[in-house]
Amino acid sequence: KIERSERERGRKMGIRFILMVNKQGQTRLAQYYEWLTLEERRALEGEIVRKCLARNDQQQCSFVEHRNYKIVYRRYASLFFMVGVDDDENELAILEFIHLLVETMDKHFGNVCELDIMFHLEKAHFMLEEMVMNGCIVETSKANILSPIQLMDKAH
Amino acid sequence: MEQLKTIGRELAMGSQGGFGQSKEFLDLVKSIGEARSKAEEDRIVLSEIDILKRKLLEPDIPKRKMKEYIIRLVYIEMLGHDASFAYIHAVKMSHDDNLLLKRTGYLAVTLFLNEDHDLIILIVNTIQKDLRSDNYLVVCAALNAICRLINEETIPAVLPQVVDLLNHHKEAVRKKAIMALHRFHRKSPSSVSHLISNFRKRLCDNDPGVMGATLCPLFDLITEDVASYKDLVSSFVSILKQVTERRLPKSYDYHQMPAPFIQIKLLKIMALLGSGDKSASEIMYMVLGDLFKKCDSSTNIGNAILYECIRSISCIIPSPKLLEAAADAISKFLKSDSHNLKYMGIDGLGRLIKISPDIAEQHQLAVIDCLEDPDDTLKRKTFELLYKMTKSSNVEVIVDRMIDYMISINDNHYKTEIASRCVELAEQFAPSNQWFIQIMNKVFEHAGDLVNIKVAHNLMRLIAEGFGEDDDDADSKLRLSAVESYLQIMSEPKLPSLFLQVISWVLGEYGTADGKYSASYISGKLCDVADAYSSDETVKGYAVSALMKIYAFEIASGRKVDVLPECQSLIEELLASHSTDLQQRAYELQALLALDARAVESILPLDASCEDIEVDKDLSFLNGYIQQAIESGAQPYISERERSGMLETTDYHSQDHHEVPSHALRFEAYERPKPSSLRTQASTELVPLPEPSYYSEAHQPISTSSVSERESSEIKLRLDGVKQKWGRPSYQSSTSASSTPPQAANGTSSHPDVGVGSSSLKPRSSYESKKPEIYPEKQRLAASLFGGSSSSRSDRKSSSGGHKPAKGTASKPPKENPIPVQPPPDLLDFGEPTATSVTATDPFKELEGLMDSSSQDGGSTDVMGVLYSDAAPVTTTTSVDSLLSELSDSSKGNPGTYQSQTSKGPNSQEALEKDALVRQMGVNPTSQNPTLFKDLLG
Repeated sequence: KIERSERERGRKMGIRFILMVNKQGQTRLAQYYEWLTLEERRALEGEIVRKCLARNDQQQCSFVEHRNYKIVYRRYASLFFMVGVDDDENELAILEFIHLLVETMDKHFGNVCELDIMFHLEKAHFMLEEMVMNGCIVETSKANILSPIQLMDKAH
Repeated sequence: MEQLKTIGRELAMGSQGGFGQSKEFLDLVKSIGEARSKAEEDRIVLSEIDILKRKLLEPDIPKRKMKEYIIRLVYIEMLGHDASFAYIHAVKMSHDDNLLLKRTGYLAVTLFLNEDHDLIILIVNTIQKDLRSDNYLVVCAALNAICRLINEETIPAVLPQVVDLLNHHKEAVRKKAIMALHRFHRKSPSSVSHLISNFRKRLCDNDPGVMGATLCPLFDLITEDVASYKDLVSSFVSILKQVTERRLPKSYDYHQMPAPFIQIKLLKIMALLGSGDKSASEIMYMVLGDLFKKCDSSTNIGNAILYECIRSISCIIPSPKLLEAAADAISKFLKSDSHNLKYMGIDGLGRLIKISPDIAEQHQLAVIDCLEDPDDTLKRKTFELLYKMTKSSNVEVIVDRMIDYMISINDNHYKTEIASRCVELAEQFAPSNQWFIQIMNKVFEHAGDLVNIKVAHNLMRLIAEGFGEDDDDADSKLRLSAVESYLQIMSEPKLPSLFLQVISWVLGEYGTADGKYSASYISGKLCDVADAYSSDETVKGYAVSALMKIYAFEIASGRKVDVLPECQSLIEELLASHSTDLQQRAYELQALLALDARAVESILPLDASCEDIEVDKDLSFLNGYIQQAIESGAQPYISERERSGMLETTDYHSQDHHEVPSHALRFEAYERPKPSSLRTQASTELVPLPEPSYYSEAHQPISTSSVSERESSEIKLRLDGVKQKWGRPSYQSSTSASSTPPQAANGTSSHPDVGVGSSSLKPRSSYESKKPEIYPEKQRLAASLFGGSSSSRSDRKSSSGGHKPAKGTASKPPKENPIPVQPPPDLLDFGEPTATSVTATDPFKELEGLMDSSSQDGGSTDVMGVLYSDAAPVTTTTSVDSLLSELSDSSKGNPGTYQSQTSKGPNSQEALEKDALVRQMGVNPTSQNPTLFKDLLG
């Protein structure tokens, strides 16, 4: 098992995690595409958040290197969206992926705010489940991303 | 107006209690949202854990309630606490028939459990059932779960069904099925090796979503084996061409760019296929050239594609024209004000420089600017570029800068990287030996605990072997300069262990070689080291071995050895050391001191560390002795295997391999019993047959159980492959010993570890256990570098540039209205609307300020601006939401058409509900955390 996980870690897999953290450093959503233990997640999130929040967002790159990850982050109002990617990922594209995610949430919630994500954590996750699988971006059409969620809403 | 809105809120509140969630949940979210510190948050979560533990014990929990509990558990884990006490409830929820509950259950399970968790077994069955469902959303939910939860052992349980689903009539299912297959390929390539053709097939799927998803597994496959996919080059090129020609549905557009994420994936694949392949590359020229022309470099997404084109061009064999286009794009990036684009430019430069080395020259100034930029990310990227463009003419400048930077940073991970790069460059391009030693000293001094132990060994070898050319004089000068520099550095306090090891070794080998320093001087220094770092056994070991060499050289050259009193006491101390390694070394040293010059010289010849030692593994030099013993009646040697009767070890291995399936769990349902056939079988078994044939005939067909039984009874005998802790060394340990590379040691095989032998293994593990940490200094450094204040105002100023100023000022968005401009003091808060003097009158600028600054200039934001302003008059009615939707489909301009669309219907109501909730909960924007309500998109 150890051997296997090492093999996987060596492999490039694109997106490794997606975090939403507010500017107080509180996690609002976390999705990992490789398994990390609770302690590892906690440590990683702490380090990343400290790193990103220490940067002022003007006149600086939206990218930070951390350990073996590259973090692409973008701030919307109070909320930071942080995506951990492999070294050879296209950072600008990930930046736009974040924006697409926010636009998609906005389309669904209407003027999405931090509270929407908190109250509908599962829905935010469902959207991500449509957009990213195995660490790859698999769907970018807002209609396709939202249709399962809308169908579920309708059923209730 | 205000009144109207209030009425709306009251109405919404009356009809629905908030978001349809219980008061408890709302309270939890509210308190988490308003927590001011991590400690407070932890307190909330801990009490929530207590509550849930109690609640989950209650009988007959309604399903809706349970769903809410599950979400609360997700919160607990997300905020860093253990919710394992309730994992089972998440598992149970995934069994539910209701789709929403099922999906929530699956979601929680994928968040809680890793693929090797024991509870996964309970889900496999559910997944199998769900894959057969008529409701395609249920199938999708199961496929999502498969991509997270299925491991190597459980793949066979779902594989056939997943393969069937590849032809499902719903494109969403096909897409997820292909991704499940992708996952299987990652987990266990052999499990799907016969299904690879499916990936090619799905590339031709008539749904663009399925096609786009299929690019992901294909990218992996092509990375592993380019040659087998060369035939697809023209297909990929033609897909890319069609995408750029807007043949895909409009819903894939992003900011007017047709399916950019698919384009990028295609470009990545083309880079792989065109690498080193002229004819494949040529097929791509056209479409790449078109992309350079077509891509709008004023939008982020356009630049993302341009950057990907640059990457592809740097991988394939490009045409001069394409190179030129790529260089142009890079210089545009570098000239941009956006740091993101500069970063991409530097990166692109680093890629292109391999093909056209002189491209960097025209950007010299830009590169220097980036190097001096306060932004660490940009700086690092620039160092990466410098690393790539290092040659012997500029190595000194570059490495000096790198080392200065290395000393200045605290991030151990990056320090390690940059240190190893310095070493690599120094080894490759060093203009002089002195310089090289100097650089190595600096690296070891400042990052000694971080560099790979190999670096130390390389350095030692280099000093021992010289720089290759047969110039003994130069070599000895190098050694002398090394010795001199070490003697100087040694006086500094607190040197890294690895550095001390190198110093000790070099002093031992060459400290007295030149005759400049006396043996007693060097040995005194070595004793000082052993004394000052008395807790470091490795260093002590190196020091003692070095002492031994110093004395050996003295004895061999016929001089009388005066062991210094401090050395004497060191040796005596180590003779009683708890470390057997140190004890051994001390005893050897003591023994050596008593030997005569001839013996000592053959044990430790002068400067022989580079001589290869041939180890006679067969011990053939003992043959005569054995022969003699046998002749005088001794028993011949019986090999270990023969003695223990383990003749069939290899057989066990192959058998074991075959029977893996019989150990694995079976997921298929049991067959229905067939009474008739059973009877006949029983009768045949009752026929008395001769024992041996009965065994082979009757048991072979039903072998699984019987064979595994047989094996389990024998399993205790299987000691092969198991490392023995005590007693004779098993074969494993012997292989590991023989696999260590032949080491250049000084002297005989009895102590090959004088320099780099057994003791060298220890430090490695101790370094690895030291994980990179972030020190408080770093935070301070970051703070001093990036100083958090005053960002908001200039941010806004700069971002307002790209928008047309006249629009939008007419009215305020509804939600903004009730927010007073006085948020509570917040230390971490930077860039929030406290600095109001500039913008208080213009809410739109304020909103724009929240948009990412990188997209400030250019088309896409302009479009947004237009939309927002067009929307402004309508926002005060109930259709706020419909406006944003235009972003995705921005060519149409009439907001009215959107209001009628069903998908947006509920949104306005939700917006009202949200406001209602605000009041119901008492979380007004004036209250503790106004930002919770801030629209993310402005």
